[in-house]
Amino acid sequence: MFAFLLFVSDAQNAFKVRLSIKTALGDNAYAWDANEEYLFKAMVAFTMRRYSTKTTTQISNVLLCNVTDRVSFWFVVTDSSKNTTTVPGSEVEAAIRMNRNRINNAFLLSDKTLQFLKISSTLAPPVEPSTPVWLIVFGVVLCLIVAAIVFLVVAGIQQRKKKNKESTERENLEEKGEVTITIENGIPCETLDLKAGHINGVFSADDERFTSL
Amino acid sequence: KHLQERRQDGAAEGSARQQEMEKSRPLWDNPVQFVFACISYAVGLGNVWRFPYLCQMYGGGGFLIPYFIMLIVEGMPLLYMELAVGQRMRQGSIGAWKIISPYLCGVGVASVVVSFFLSMYYNVINAWAFWYLFHSFQDPLPWATCPLNSNRTGYEEECEKTSSTQYFWYRQTLNISPSLEVSGAVQWEQALCLTLAWLVVYLCILRGTESTGKVVYVTASLPYCVLIIYLIRGLTLHGAVNGLIYMFTPKLEQLSNPKTWISAATQIFFSLGLGFGSLIAFASYNEPSNNCERHAIIVSLINSATSIFASIVTFSIYGFKATFNYESCINKVILLLLNAFDLEEGSLTADNLNEMKDYLMATHPQEYAQLLPQLKNCSLEAELDTAVQGTGLAFIVYSEAIKNMEVSQLYSVLYFVMLLMLGIGSMLGNTAAILTPLTDSKVIATRFPKEVISGVVCFINCIIGLIFTMEAGNYWFDIFNDYAATLSLLLIVLVETIAVCYIYGLRRFEKDLHTMIGRKLNWYWKVMWAFASPLLIISLFIFYLTDYILTGTLQYQAWDGTQGQLVTKDYPGYALAVIGLLVASSTMCIPLGALVTFVRKRLKRERVSTVA
Repeated sequence: MFAFLLFVSDAQNAFKVRLSIKTALGDNAYAWDANEEYLFKAMVAFTMRRYSTKTTTQISNVLLCNVTDRVSFWFVVTDSSKNTTTVPGSEVEAAIRMNRNRINNAFLLSDKTLQFLKISSTLAPPVEPSTPVWLIVFGVVLCLIVAAIVFLVVAGIQQRKKKNKESTERENLEEKGEVTITIENGIPCETLDLKAGHINGVFSADDERFTSL
Repeated sequence: KHLQERRQDGAAEGSARQQEMEKSRPLWDNPVQFVFACISYAVGLGNVWRFPYLCQMYGGGGFLIPYFIMLIVEGMPLLYMELAVGQRMRQGSIGAWKIISPYLCGVGVASVVVSFFLSMYYNVINAWAFWYLFHSFQDPLPWATCPLNSNRTGYEEECEKTSSTQYFWYRQTLNISPSLEVSGAVQWEQALCLTLAWLVVYLCILRGTESTGKVVYVTASLPYCVLIIYLIRGLTLHGAVNGLIYMFTPKLEQLSNPKTWISAATQIFFSLGLGFGSLIAFASYNEPSNNCERHAIIVSLINSATSIFASIVTFSIYGFKATFNYESCINKVILLLLNAFDLEEGSLTADNLNEMKDYLMATHPQEYAQLLPQLKNCSLEAELDTAVQGTGLAFIVYSEAIKNMEVSQLYSVLYFVMLLMLGIGSMLGNTAAILTPLTDSKVIATRFPKEVISGVVCFINCIIGLIFTMEAGNYWFDIFNDYAATLSLLLIVLVETIAVCYIYGLRRFEKDLHTMIGRKLNWYWKVMWAFASPLLIISLFIFYLTDYILTGTLQYQAWDGTQGQLVTKDYPGYALAVIGLLVASSTMCIPLGALVTFVRKRLKRERVSTVA
């Protein structure tokens, strides 16, 4: 009765807690019973003690109420030095924020499965290396491609220089007449191996002018 | 004396021609390289991101009927014709059409202009693929979770409204502006990826067919390896069967919808890459005795088979994604109800959800009514019905599916490498279409070596492509994607078909093919070239023109960050002007080319007559 009055009058200092044990642990889920409630009260008392050294919160100072099947309930922390008053919500919130990790670990849960509804958890930032990973991969690929391009271009230039030297040598040999390529009308004979060289269109037309015998 | 003069002139001309042929044309090492190059060019991103969408929209399995009919009536004949023209004339697009008729040099120029537009914007897709590929080496994948907001109490607002994959695409990749008018600055990360993409393309085309011929072995075969891996993975995913059944059930009533047949014809037409000049360029490097008839049939069949294969993979991925989203939605509803009514965990499951909802509505009507707006109606059909195409499918839907798979980094890397291979394969064809006429023309080829010409083309394209890396770049990309090639290509291929059949002469072409291949031309090809294909192209052309005229103002989809979804907006005036310019600059080349040739011939005749 006393606790109920506290919850009603100091609603702003009360916090709703929601646990999702089955979601978190699956087959290893434990049942929520009076022992677990005792552990919760102990953790909250521990949190308040760690937060400010001057408070001497006892387990009996933490009051739970309205436990449902969901596993959700409300709790308040009373101040033992001043009777029938509750610790301000802001202090409780700050305390829990500071020790959230310890509370989670006591119940094998996480921020998502052990929710303090009014206390938003600060999400852990993702681990970011100093240089973004993509730039590293980009740099590697870029160096490979540029190296390949430079290699091909240089090889092409060398090939062309060799070809130029070869063709000038060939010209020199032709002038000396040592080349055995038969040339007719300035055209090497191999390329003349087409019908155009063997059949002369002009003469075939002339044949038709003569009457056939 | 007259005879002697003619013989001397003939000898002089003959020697000039022999000197040209001494500097022999580069050839493919073997016919396999040619087939692989054509496959690598034709099988591109459209097979992966456009065909599954069409299949879904126009009757599922039933769409295959108009698709195959169009393949046989339109695809194979036109592909064979382009390859035959290239192989016979042994020149790039400008030179080839000039040989057919000097008045048709405009057709070749139009092809080069369209290829130039295409290569400008197409490589941006490769840049995006590189970006996603480089980001796949992280755990967890960056698009798997939303980033935190500034005071670390929750996630970024924009990311909350939409999904993390959409947020990664629109905000972290594109950094898209709310409309076309707001240009924004060049995104340096995208600019770097674009530069890398152009360097890779340059590396592949550096030495002409010598290098391209080796590269196409990889770009043609690697996508198939990845698709097979994805097929096996996709079919074993939970819920994949839902997607396959839903998509492939034929809805034969769609066959009576004319849009189905038009979409099938359009898809075949653009999927094979006709009219760009790339096929002519590739075929010009063939031996004259190459059997291009067989190759044309092989390439078109492989292209269509790949489309169907890719859509099987895509539909199983769709099914997986839809089932996953449906189950998440159900779980969210269950959690909401559990928390609101403080019920025991596990009392609400997917099976008893509906009964429990009724029960709760009866026992706690007021609280239930308060909760009702948040309770979404989860439906598997609604998830499956979201039809996506284009970059949305490739980069959003697939990455969403990948993030939910085990070993997601591996699948992500494989997928984006496949996208890169498909994109680079198509880019090789595009750049070949631009470079072959340039290297064929004596004016340019004698002064500059091949490497310099390729380098200049890549550099110019890269600089212009920086427009697409600005914040509004994706909107400009959509403009180019929708309008740069569509109408112009239809016109170009129509003029090509008419030119080959009626100006060059079908009989003359038949004789040329007989000397090249050694077999007589089947009557089927002749009928298709002379009547069926031109009629089909004309009807497509008329349909698109009337569609553009009837819709009035053109609109586009803009991303609204505050709402977290796409909104429709009208194009501003200058964007419409750019669209008009894109279409006009390529189509006007055809009549302009004819006009210029006519004027030149007239001037030469006048000069000759004044001399005589």
